[in-house]
Amino acid sequence: MMSREHIDEVSGISTTGHEWDGIRELNNPLPRWWVITFYATIAWALAYTVAFPAWPMLSSATRGVLGYSSRNNVKNELAAAEAAKGKYIAAIQEKTILEIAADDALREFAVASGGATFKVNCVQCHGSGAQGSKGFPNLNDDDWLWGGKAEEIQQTITHGIRFASDLDTRQSEMPAFADVLQPEQISQVSAYVASLSGPVLDKTLIQSGANVFADNCAACHGEKAKGNREVGAPDLTDAIWLYGSGESAIAAQVRAPKQGVMPAWGARLGETKVKELAVYVHSLGGGE
Amino acid sequence: MRFATEIVVFSVFAFAALVGAGLGVDAPFRQHMWVLFFVLAGFTAILLRNIEFKPAAPIDPSAYMDGPIRYGAIATVFWGVVGMLVGVVIALQLAYPDLNIQPWFNFGRLRPLHTSGVVFAFGGNALICTSLYVVQRTCRARLFGGKLAWFVFWGYQLFIVMAATGYLLGVTEGREYAEPEWYVDIWLTIVWVAYLILFLGTILKRREPHIYVANWFYLSFIVTIAMLHVIDNLTMPASLLGSKSYSAFSGVQDALTQWWYGHNAVGFFLTAGFLGMMYYFVPKQANRPVYSYRLSIIHFWALIFLYIWAGPHHLHYTALPDWAQTLGMAFSIMLWMPSWGGMINGLMTLSGAWDKIRTDPIIRMMVAAIAFYGMSTFEGPIMSIRTVNSLSHYTDWTIGHVHSGALGWVGMISFGALYYMVPKLWNRERLYSLRFVTWHFWLATLGIVVYAAAMWVSGVMQGLMWREYNDQGFLVYSFAESVAAMHPYYVMRAAGGTMYLAGMLIMAWNITMTILGRQREEQPLPGSVSAFQPAE
Repeated sequence: MMSREHIDEVSGISTTGHEWDGIRELNNPLPRWWVITFYATIAWALAYTVAFPAWPMLSSATRGVLGYSSRNNVKNELAAAEAAKGKYIAAIQEKTILEIAADDALREFAVASGGATFKVNCVQCHGSGAQGSKGFPNLNDDDWLWGGKAEEIQQTITHGIRFASDLDTRQSEMPAFADVLQPEQISQVSAYVASLSGPVLDKTLIQSGANVFADNCAACHGEKAKGNREVGAPDLTDAIWLYGSGESAIAAQVRAPKQGVMPAWGARLGETKVKELAVYVHSLGGGE
Repeated sequence: MRFATEIVVFSVFAFAALVGAGLGVDAPFRQHMWVLFFVLAGFTAILLRNIEFKPAAPIDPSAYMDGPIRYGAIATVFWGVVGMLVGVVIALQLAYPDLNIQPWFNFGRLRPLHTSGVVFAFGGNALICTSLYVVQRTCRARLFGGKLAWFVFWGYQLFIVMAATGYLLGVTEGREYAEPEWYVDIWLTIVWVAYLILFLGTILKRREPHIYVANWFYLSFIVTIAMLHVIDNLTMPASLLGSKSYSAFSGVQDALTQWWYGHNAVGFFLTAGFLGMMYYFVPKQANRPVYSYRLSIIHFWALIFLYIWAGPHHLHYTALPDWAQTLGMAFSIMLWMPSWGGMINGLMTLSGAWDKIRTDPIIRMMVAAIAFYGMSTFEGPIMSIRTVNSLSHYTDWTIGHVHSGALGWVGMISFGALYYMVPKLWNRERLYSLRFVTWHFWLATLGIVVYAAAMWVSGVMQGLMWREYNDQGFLVYSFAESVAAMHPYYVMRAAGGTMYLAGMLIMAWNITMTILGRQREEQPLPGSVSAFQPAE
């Protein structure tokens, strides 16, 4: 152990006299600003625990003189928000979707509210711009499988598409033609369908494909292949393809069609929210 | 006969693992037991090949026991490279989700591998090996307990391997920073108690009248981690041959226990432990006395008293009662100055040696560490304020905060300690290259700045997007839009992390060459005279 009287030569300050593996410690006092700030934070903390709920007692805790309660704050904020929206929501509940669309203020509110609902519930499939992706329709264009009128959109959202647990769901099923048609017939009809909206590789297939189409497909898709919204049969003459463009994608769909499913939202979101959503989707540009 | 007991114990446990692999009730448990079996069988084989019948050479009881410390230094560097590499991988996975490889290498399994890898494998080995180095030298006593230090070292590595492989196999308790399942937890408890006995035993047989401040911090770290680990991991296994267990707590009590643990893992593992490291290696490298003995006492007791209560600030605006939230925040604010006491003592220890920041890259590294420590211990109390937290919570801001502390403070102070310690442990004249240390310093510092800045911007943006309402009272952004907006910051973060990892690789090379006894021919650093003097 070193002598108690030891002065550090560089700083001229005495050390504690101890030494560990060559390390000494100076006898500097606590920095004044440090002490003051430390006391200030303690004083502040004490005051804060008086102002806010803090001290646990036997069966509950002190409530704080400011009466703060995070639960009440949320309750009040939600109530204020509901109150501000209340008259619009009441009106939307009462009116039909056509009446809502006709009223400027109501429509504007429904579009804003429906847009917010869309962002939480619909973007996962339809995309944040409602642009869709392979297997999920774009909602901005004029091409509608089940109808683009506001009431039709409302019906689709409420009951979904091929959603087994909803009895009123939109139902249709394109048969798998791999069991019905010969492979060359499938190539022919795919070439014909592709030719309706674009060029095809082998033009000689088109004529026989038209015959296959008339015999097998026209019942649902129509003689001119314009589709049929009654059964959700898509228009095959536009260049919009849900499951991919080109002869091979069409042939795959003819052989074993994908049957997309959309959930029924009526039970989950309630009638008012669905109305707002329908107004929003209708407003995106393709609404009829 | 050398290793007789060890071989018997290893083979018995290897057999037990084999039984577990055969009879386990769930597939992950059986796979995990196969891993354990191969590890233990491998160890048995290695020991059998090294068996000797000569009587062991007598041990000089006055000499320090540095073998486990040398292994610990190597393990620190090794796990540092692994943990940080996994960090870069998961940063890239967030930026480019296609990099998720199912099921073993998806983000969900790699993320705990990264956090445990850097905190417990890299940080834990750094703490264990430096604490054993420091406690011997400041107590002038050989480590207590004979081979106990070897048990602690290898036992801890086994814990790391079992935890890491468990994560990849999908074995997890789902408690943040405490993910290992019950059987790995029990093993860590045994190892940790052995560590406590080792450390405390050495202090008790010290030949100095007083206990040096670094040892107070190390001891508080060891004791508190033991308590935290045991209480947070109180679970009931669904089967003694299965990998699933259920927490003793439920609901908000469970959340509070978890964040009491989580926050104090930061407080006592990443703060108190590394302050212990600072209190030895900074005065040694600077060759200056500690600035204030009184400050070290006051800030030590204030820190360990206040830290333990601050955990509830992780649960603002949750089911946790308001009063507990208030107390968590109040204690966090009071914690500011006690934390800064360490920064003042660290920085002011350099008074009279400020020129060394320019001339000595190791001092520069330590000073940067202390500066980052000061920044994150200021940012922490700010983020604990309820209203700030309502913006920052659940966002990347938290990630940025953690990394300015982890990369800046924990990483840099460990690097400084290793650069100081390695030449001495292997009796080398000097490091392989001081210029490499300078490269490491700049890569690490720039990496942290890029990382933290990207996360601050992205975190604040994320928080603002989530709470953005339009004037009709509806949310403006969908969650997916906020994710898409973060992409550029995720790429920047990955770039910052890569720079930090590059610095770590330079260090691995430098340390390896130093251990091998090489010295790089290089121009001395500008202004550096003492750098090439032999280490004392």
